[in-house]
Amino acid sequence: MTLPAQKQKATDDLLGAYDAPTSASRWANEAREAALGRYQNMGAPTRRDEYWKYTNPAALTAGIATENPVAPTDVTAFDQVDSLKLVFVDGRFDVHRSDAIQGVQINQLADVLAADIHACKDLFGELEARGQKPVHRPLAALNTAMAKEGVVIHVKGQLDRPVEIQYLREDPTADILIHNVIKLDKDASLTLLESGAIGARFNIVSEIDVPDNASFHHIRLQGRETQRAGSNHIFARLGAESLFKSFTLAVNGTLTRNETIIELTGDNANAHVACAAAGDGDFHHDDTVFVTHDAVNCESRQVFKKVLRNGATSCFQGKILVKPDAQKTDGYQISQGLLLDDDSNFLAKPELEIYADDVACSHGSTCGGADETALFYLMSRGISRDQAQDMLVLAFLDEAIQEIADETLADAIRGQLQAWLR
Amino acid sequence: MVEQVKEGVDQETVDAVRSVGERYKYGFSSDIETEYAPKGLNEDIVRLISEKNNEPEWLLEWRLEAYRRWVQLEEPTWAMVDYPKIDFQDQYYYARPSSMKVKPKSLDEVDPKLLATYEKLGIPLKEQMILAGVEGAEDMPAEGRKVAVDAVFDSVSVGTTFKEELKKAGVIFCSISEAVQDHPELVKKYLGSVVPVSDNYYATLNSAVFSDGSFVYIPEGVKCPMELSTYFRINAENTGQFERTLIVAEKGSQVSYLEGCTAPKRDIAQLHAAVVEIVVLEDADVKYSTVQNWFPGDENGKGGIYNFVTKRADCRGDRAKIMWTQVETGSAVTWKYPSCILRGDDCQGEFYSIAIANNMQQADTGTKMVHLGKRGKSRIVSKGISAGKAQNTYRGLVSMHPKAKNSRNYTQCDSLLIGDKCGAHTVPYIEVKNNSSRVEHEATTSKVDDDQLFYCRQRGMDEEEAVALVVNGFCKEVLQSLPMEFAMEAQKLVAISLEGSVG
Repeated sequence: MTLPAQKQKATDDLLGAYDAPTSASRWANEAREAALGRYQNMGAPTRRDEYWKYTNPAALTAGIATENPVAPTDVTAFDQVDSLKLVFVDGRFDVHRSDAIQGVQINQLADVLAADIHACKDLFGELEARGQKPVHRPLAALNTAMAKEGVVIHVKGQLDRPVEIQYLREDPTADILIHNVIKLDKDASLTLLESGAIGARFNIVSEIDVPDNASFHHIRLQGRETQRAGSNHIFARLGAESLFKSFTLAVNGTLTRNETIIELTGDNANAHVACAAAGDGDFHHDDTVFVTHDAVNCESRQVFKKVLRNGATSCFQGKILVKPDAQKTDGYQISQGLLLDDDSNFLAKPELEIYADDVACSHGSTCGGADETALFYLMSRGISRDQAQDMLVLAFLDEAIQEIADETLADAIRGQLQAWLR
Repeated sequence: MVEQVKEGVDQETVDAVRSVGERYKYGFSSDIETEYAPKGLNEDIVRLISEKNNEPEWLLEWRLEAYRRWVQLEEPTWAMVDYPKIDFQDQYYYARPSSMKVKPKSLDEVDPKLLATYEKLGIPLKEQMILAGVEGAEDMPAEGRKVAVDAVFDSVSVGTTFKEELKKAGVIFCSISEAVQDHPELVKKYLGSVVPVSDNYYATLNSAVFSDGSFVYIPEGVKCPMELSTYFRINAENTGQFERTLIVAEKGSQVSYLEGCTAPKRDIAQLHAAVVEIVVLEDADVKYSTVQNWFPGDENGKGGIYNFVTKRADCRGDRAKIMWTQVETGSAVTWKYPSCILRGDDCQGEFYSIAIANNMQQADTGTKMVHLGKRGKSRIVSKGISAGKAQNTYRGLVSMHPKAKNSRNYTQCDSLLIGDKCGAHTVPYIEVKNNSSRVEHEATTSKVDDDQLFYCRQRGMDEEEAVALVVNGFCKEVLQSLPMEFAMEAQKLVAISLEGSVG
């Protein structure tokens, strides 16, 4: 099949931006070749693709990443959290700055791919490939094919502290591909924190397997780097009685695309995805979520709250797909935009596709300005308009923050958000 | 073949579902001598249609331009409908009852067989006071019941009732082919101004080959003295119907327009690609209601109408109002998005829809609310019901442009699933580009509530009756906004389409 000329060009340009990875073991080479085939068949995304209607992917598919000066390091909300740190500098794993490995098996991607046998062997590229239907995610396929860096985390039991991935920057032109594979054993649990500036441009894919009774908590901070351009893909597969919770706090960034693709394959599984975004000025944030219910009595929640001002744009494309046998599904989806001025845009496409009859699925989407009555109420109590507005903004975003199960972490996020709003 | 019967579903129900396809009561065909244009589509066919309608040169050029554009277009595939590829060369694009060769001067001269067909459909083409078949209408005051009908049979308009009376009020209501002859300046001014030739694949096709349709012109300040309606009937085999309706409501005018459609049962799917354009000027108020009951195909998905329709209203003046109400029960495939462009300030757009899909039907329908002017208000209420193996999709756009300050939209779309082999989908697009507007969207999908069913059963209703009652309650919001004549019929349609679908 031939691609349209424009798409073919973008496809080749983007591929040309990365060096081919060195040969690894046979299974890894095969997985990479298959992913490259997928990428070349689908082609790089262009504005004409339905799922890129609201976001122009040009910066993500250009042959060269736009230079992005290294800003002073942001305070990170997780400083007070006792975590196991994994540090990437310009997209390369830094052994010296990372914590020693305890109680969990953590390997670098390259080592795993070079090995003949590894517990995560059957996951690499597998969940990504499953997530390519029915909507194409070419950037993720490209990542599988070309990424050399990443961590492979295998959790065998309950971990007493969170694992934190920190992305640091030194090089203003670093164009980064990171591919993480996270495998939990049955009954295991993991809290994963992510923070940091990552690179001038980035493309991160995480494949996460949460089998029966396992639980996975994820909190991601996407900081104040205004010129950030990048894409994140999370591909998660959930077994019976499992729990998956992912929360993202996003502040600024010229182009951020966060895709979360979740497949509920075991009965009674539970998946929550949430995001609080505060955008100012040249901000374009895109959340694309696809939740597939393929088992009985599962629950999924999507909570997306966005505050926008000075011409910021945020989009939400969420979908709940309920397969014919996924009876008793409880699906919920809310996306809300709070526009603080007339130049900002909120674009939403909350989709439902349902093939089972005994389900309760609902979605809501609202958008409007700050509530004048509430502002007036606060101002009549002697609070300045700016302060009153900040209070309303924090209250608005809090609904998403409440999706974080751990109160300490939720408070850390609240503190971070308040600091950023100043 | 042994049927897989689910627990709790008796054989009777299964049989009832199977027989539902045979209950389409408008499925008869009339034996009427028909003359066709040669099969297929090319420039000569376009010229032929234009010639048959005795059209001026500019219109022929307009059609040809559309045709040339269409040839280069690709069929859209984004809708959630799945049907075999349409062979556009294996269709007749023009079919006319032979008796219509010389246009009858009045209804008295129309072939009795044609009149009988409409009689059988419950739409007698007499200037009678009531629409037959409407229970309770006899008790209504005579003034409130007049309905003027334009009857379109295959590719031509058979006749229009109450023409003279409408003329007295200054209202023009005739077939579009007559309008081209009698009011060329109006047609030229407005045709294609709301749905341009280049709009989409099916609208472009329609622009090239449209054969007839209705034309309505309401002069300034006139409240149309009666309801206007068009009844579309496809009779000929392998023939597509491509009608075009143009409604112009001048400043401060008011009109309510109804549309109904049926077709015989045939094994081969037939194409219907219509365009409806409505121009609403300052302070005008237009209400457009549709009961779409094309043949839906049999229970195995054989036959039926492929319904690809482009409907759009352009509120050009301030305070203009448009209301779309639709009850979609027929067609094998429905692809239809009646839209509102709220261009003036303080305009109002409303869309009420019930889409019912049973057996193998597929419906992808919804609306677009494009807010351009200030303080516009729009409301969308959409109810989708799927039964059997049907797929029902709501697809809609609400767009608040930067200049549409202080606008308001409320959207509610609910889906109901009856049985576990059908699907219900929602694809809303929400685009907000200013902060003084408020947009609210909510949607739910559920099955018929067991408690409600139990309550009804307890009172001695059988299951089918109970489901029909619950569903009617679910649809009430939409049915209430239909004109009385249609509300009655629609309520009956809701019951018919769901018969036997419990399970």
